[in-house]
Amino acid sequence: MQFSGVTGEWNNSFKTNVMSVIEIQQLTKTYRETLVPVHAVNGIDLKFEKGEFTAIVGPSGCGKTTLLNLMGGIDRPTSGQILVEKVDITQLTASQLVDFRLYNIGFIFQSFNLIPVLTVEENVGFVMELQHRQREEITARIQYLLTAMGIAEKTKLRPKYLSGGQQQRVAVARALAAKPKFILADEPTANLDSKSTNTLLNLMASLNEKEQVTFIFSTHDQRVMDKARRIITLEDGKVISDTSVKHSHAEAQN
Amino acid sequence: MQQLIILAWRNLWRNRRRTLITLASVFMAVVLAIAIRSLQKGAYSNMIGNAVRFSTGYLQVQAKGYWEDKSINNSFTADTSLDQTLQAEPNISLAVPRLESFALASSGLHTKGVAIIGIDPVQENQLNSLEEKVAKGKYFHRGGGQGLLIGDGLANYLRLQLGDTLVLMGQGYHGSTAAAQYPIQGIFHFPLDQLNNSLVYLALPDAQAFFAAPGRLTSVSLMLDDPAAMEATARSLQRALDSTRVVLQWPVMNKSLVQEIQGDNAGGIIMLGILYLVVAFGVFGTILMMTMERKKEFAVMIAIGMHRIKLTAIVMLETVLIGLMGIVAGCVLILPVLLYLYQHPLALTGSTAQIYQEFGLEPIMPVSVDPAIFFYQGITVLAIALVSTLYPLWYINRFRIPEALKQ
Ligand SMILES: Nc1ncnc2c1ncn2[C@@H]1O[C@H](COP(=O)(O)OP(=O)(O)OP(=O)(O)O)[C@@H](O)[C@H]1O
Ligand SMILES: [Mg+2]
Repeated sequence: MQFSGVTGEWNNSFKTNVMSVIEIQQLTKTYRETLVPVHAVNGIDLKFEKGEFTAIVGPSGCGKTTLLNLMGGIDRPTSGQILVEKVDITQLTASQLVDFRLYNIGFIFQSFNLIPVLTVEENVGFVMELQHRQREEITARIQYLLTAMGIAEKTKLRPKYLSGGQQQRVAVARALAAKPKFILADEPTANLDSKSTNTLLNLMASLNEKEQVTFIFSTHDQRVMDKARRIITLEDGKVISDTSVKHSHAEAQN
Repeated sequence: MQQLIILAWRNLWRNRRRTLITLASVFMAVVLAIAIRSLQKGAYSNMIGNAVRFSTGYLQVQAKGYWEDKSINNSFTADTSLDQTLQAEPNISLAVPRLESFALASSGLHTKGVAIIGIDPVQENQLNSLEEKVAKGKYFHRGGGQGLLIGDGLANYLRLQLGDTLVLMGQGYHGSTAAAQYPIQGIFHFPLDQLNNSLVYLALPDAQAFFAAPGRLTSVSLMLDDPAAMEATARSLQRALDSTRVVLQWPVMNKSLVQEIQGDNAGGIIMLGILYLVVAFGVFGTILMMTMERKKEFAVMIAIGMHRIKLTAIVMLETVLIGLMGIVAGCVLILPVLLYLYQHPLALTGSTAQIYQEFGLEPIMPVSVDPAIFFYQGITVLAIALVSTLYPLWYINRFRIPEALKQ
């Protein structure tokens, strides 16, 4: 018997030695509304372990966004399975998926996507409120994350008064706030200058180590790839290479 | 919930100008709708009050069958039990007994069919100030053996003067012949020629004697303290009376007034309908825009773990907030105005005012401050605002997240 954080239920499953956070099997996503069917994701098998810092790369249109959306449970595959701690999320109902995302995934978006009417701290606290956490716990974690992200002095401001880099750091804090199992980030640095990109990556990397949370991000940016410890390359919806890079974050920062 | 209210409230003020314009449209519609209703309802109750005063009263007790066949044979006996029943009904402010029938009035070569009304001079005067209408001669006192009152129109037609004698001929109770002559003790003038030409008043005992119907009445007209409770009073009165007597309500007896009011009311309702459409489109447009332009934001919230039902709640809250603010602001503005007009009614002018005055009525246009008006207009506007969010709500519950995030 094991408690599943995914569905919030007890279920019978045997613990394997190495626990994959995510296991993708024969995943496809085909768009048929187009003139010619588009195989955006075309038979992908992948495993992600706890604490990974992984980049998904490839040319525009290769299927990065589609893959991340499927893994995040905000899109439905045409076929295949996505097992998150042995639970196949492709079988969950829309409403179950919402709760699945709330308790398991942090999202970071290319265009930051903070809630404009909420202050920085309210944005970070938003998901914890949805999780009905204690007020004190929420306050403490907001404080901790915003300090870690180096924007503790901006807590009462609305997002529009922050620079892009600062907004994205708030978004990272928001993604981490719910203590998710993994964080999905679709081109998180695409809208940032190189200095902000650097700052953000270093912060992400250090939180990846501190919180042991899995980071999976897509990118076009060489500097981002340089920080990744695993690089998965897609082309036409297929994995064409999957390499682990042997360096620590400390090395990469130099 | 608190989170939802905060989001809804702050979202409203994101586009301050648009929200204010929408609020203003709700506000204007509420103000106009309440004003229209208040004027209409005030006018109607005034019209009804005046009309029943000069005709039937709010309620009338009659013998069963009299309304269908207005024959003196369908009269009833005014006994003490009737009196007690009427006394016992707290809503009745005035009971006016009458014996009415028809007769031929002749003088010399001229003859004319007239309506004879036997009245209790005191009660009748309380009802419609008949005494004031007597332009020449004198009004009745209580008791029999008096003369009669005729209108100036009839007096002219029959070439009669005060003190002349008028011969009445007709059919009395159960087919007896009714014939008598009376001196003209007063000549009255009503603003309506029809009345001046055809009405003849007798004191009630004299009329009863003329028609050979001692102690009998054709109707007792009732005025009420609270006209709104007419229905209930009629029912309780009917229960207290035996089945030979019926209680009629003014709408049954005065169909033309009912129709007049219905016609006017329909016009008002059309006006209200137009106002409601303005509200519906204003709120619909704003909420739809507020939804569409936040599509990506909503997609993000759903992605990070918010159920769509909560977004639905946010949009409904936004609508309710706009609606309530507009309604409350509208009521707050219009209430003191209406209360003032209630205390100081608008004065009528011109010929209408003259007619009012000749009837002995104040030439005013009262307003109604019935709380029901505010309540129903508020509820209606709120309901319309909510209905106009159906499409945005439907949309929120089905748009696709990946596409929305791409924008
Ligand atoms: N809703 C859709 N309908 C039809 N085709 C789609 C849809 N969304 C994506 N595609 C197609 O699927 C393929 C993969 O798209 P996807 O957005 O995943 O690419 P990507 O790797 O994220 O590209 P980029 O680097 O430009 O962001 C593309 O060919 C795209 O045109
Ligand atoms: Mg993409």
